[in-house]
Amino acid sequence: MDIFDILGPVMVGPSSSHTAGAVRIGRMANSLLGGVPVRAKIHLHGSFAETGAGHGTDLALVSGLLGMQPDDLRIPDARREAEKAGMVFSVDTIDLRDAHPNTALIEAWKDDGKKLEMQASSLGGGRIQVNKIDGIEVNFTGDFNTLVIRNRDEVGALAAVTSFLTGEGINVANMRLSRGKRGGGAIMVIETDQKVSPLQLERISELKAVDSVICCGKENEEDGI
Amino acid sequence: MAFDSMREMIERSERENRPFWEIVLETDMDERDVSRESSLSKMQKTWAAMKSSWQSYDGGLQSASGLSGGDGEKMRAYAESGKALSSGYMGRVIAGAISMAESNACMRRIVAAPTAGACGVLPAVIMPLFERGEAGEDKIIGALYTASGIGAVIAGKACIAGAVGGCQAEIGTASAMSAGALVHLRGGSGEQIGNAVAMALKNLLGLICDPVAGLVEVPCVKRNVVGAVNAVSAADMALAGIRSRIPADEVIAAMGEVGKRLPVEFRETALGGLASTPTGAEIGKKLKRKENGQTT
Repeated sequence: MDIFDILGPVMVGPSSSHTAGAVRIGRMANSLLGGVPVRAKIHLHGSFAETGAGHGTDLALVSGLLGMQPDDLRIPDARREAEKAGMVFSVDTIDLRDAHPNTALIEAWKDDGKKLEMQASSLGGGRIQVNKIDGIEVNFTGDFNTLVIRNRDEVGALAAVTSFLTGEGINVANMRLSRGKRGGGAIMVIETDQKVSPLQLERISELKAVDSVICCGKENEEDGI
Repeated sequence: MAFDSMREMIERSERENRPFWEIVLETDMDERDVSRESSLSKMQKTWAAMKSSWQSYDGGLQSASGLSGGDGEKMRAYAESGKALSSGYMGRVIAGAISMAESNACMRRIVAAPTAGACGVLPAVIMPLFERGEAGEDKIIGALYTASGIGAVIAGKACIAGAVGGCQAEIGTASAMSAGALVHLRGGSGEQIGNAVAMALKNLLGLICDPVAGLVEVPCVKRNVVGAVNAVSAADMALAGIRSRIPADEVIAAMGEVGKRLPVEFRETALGGLASTPTGAEIGKKLKRKENGQTT
């Protein structure tokens, strides 16, 4: 924890876990989907379900889906902001198995029909962890530069990505590859020390067996404090 | 060096004949691998956010639950009337602590210090001095480093989350941070900062986290007041030359130990203390009904 985790974050209240963390979860879904969804279903689990309304957790998640940061003064007006942005959403509660008490499951659709299902937890102090994407376990925090790559479960898919990164001088800090079923869709989560440029992202998306790639994480936020 | 202990940081500041806050600044530069300018500019941004949060308090606001709002304004008016027992600086500290904690409950922008629930303590003791010209911005930046260094040591050696260590971890830590900040503002030594931290935290040891309906409102808003007032007393005691018999690092370790042994009912679960009083439980039930009505 650095001193700006102690004096900070600058955030809209009332709770770093139930409000600031919830904004970050929504924002992560926005990044993973590649923009503001036209429709979203938000399911709240555990303490999020119990005390979410009093902490503005629903508004915070919606604000994040709209692309806002935890210190955005429009968070309390998220309903109106969603209307303005043309996003329809619903909020209900859910009982997830073995999930952290502060967890949300978000289903979101873009105008081109692309769908994302993301399960994420708020760990405290505004820090989050993405647990699952489209049902596949991923477990990353977004504290690093993070590449989330969807690929087909084929021989050489992983090697193609890592050798590309090696060639570009990008060091892998942590990584994880998970798949739904053999030969089906898989997700690579690669945390890197260096930033990955838009051009490099495009090159990765052209690699063997790669369906899509996005880059997310703290480093991509504005110089937040 | 890291934020491992108050002792080490105080000793280093004495050895190098530099103020405590400079040691914090340098440790931050090391830890995050940033320049002095970059660290200072981030702290200045944090200070600007704290100031604007203070100035944007609106006594007309109410929280979504209806439990918080308007009391900061009430206290300010009473303190200014001259009738208050705690008139002058202390009256403004009390009003400020309530106001900031209410702003947090009302979804305004605040600076967590160390948490959102305890965000009123530090600005409550600093801002009245700033507003009266008794502390300049440069001095305050030093106070913020002092406070955050203290908080970082506590986070490392004990904890700063109510869910982990009870309210002593949140308001207690905020109070210790603020006591140290005040000693810095008054030109006290590193040793005195250590004593202020020890005394502030000692006095709040064992404080439980028992939020009514699980919300950061009752009793959190008013506990910001006890944190702030306690910080002022601890700072004054330290500046008067009073020493804590138990050193700061040992008090911090004791806080962590007490926190670990607190029953789960007293760690933010809203299952004990004020949350489970007849009135507290009734408020909880009422809000739940309202919530269900809204979301289904």
